[in-house]
Amino acid sequence: MANTFELISSVTVGSGGAASIDFTSIPATYTDLCLVFSLRSSDGSDYCGLKFNNSSSSFSSRQIYGNGSGAGSTTRSNNDLTGSQTPSVYTSNVFSNNAIYIPNYTGSANKSYSRDSVFENNGTNAIQTLEAGIWSNTSAINQVTLVHPSATFVQYSTATLYGVSNA
Amino acid sequence: MPNPTKVIIDCSTGEVHEVELTAEEIQQREDDRIAYEAAKAEEATNAALKAEQKAGLLARLGITAEEAELLLV
Repeated sequence: MANTFELISSVTVGSGGAASIDFTSIPATYTDLCLVFSLRSSDGSDYCGLKFNNSSSSFSSRQIYGNGSGAGSTTRSNNDLTGSQTPSVYTSNVFSNNAIYIPNYTGSANKSYSRDSVFENNGTNAIQTLEAGIWSNTSAINQVTLVHPSATFVQYSTATLYGVSNA
Repeated sequence: MPNPTKVIIDCSTGEVHEVELTAEEIQQREDDRIAYEAAKAEEATNAALKAEQKAGLLARLGITAEEAELLLV
């Protein structure tokens, strides 16, 4: 179990919103990466895209989800992070909670990741998603991007990138 | 109308910049959105087909869904 988390960078979206949040020039000095983010959409979208090294291809994942009244699972061959941001029609000023863990991000194997996401609406329903994903690319990851699919992440959305070392 | 902006965090310096998306990035975003919508539509179609098959099977067996669940316990 890794025993150190070190803040690499953190950002809060400003008043104009942001179509994407892009961490670049990520140092290769850690063992793993952990991206923690909280999002709200300016439109009805409840998901965003994930990119490594500015690539949105070669992603695949298995996702399980529940909403308090039902549950399901799905297999995806694209880079979407289902259930990762609160849609604009949901309770005002409520933001999603998410974490993505990327082990061995500088290794020469394909890059796996895990994700957990939750958001809720007015105390009446809550959506949870767990995802196991892989980016079939052997390059070291030096860039991680969250992309809004159609509009913007609203002000006060946040993203924080941690480096994790097991030394 | 200006393009939407992206927030870029340079982790080597800690600097944060806000710049407009390029035409290529906007197109990629649209392509990804279409792929997502297609995947969602396929899932919905498959779910509807599965529900239809399940209902048909239950009708042929002459039992309810609750009774079918008892067979699995």
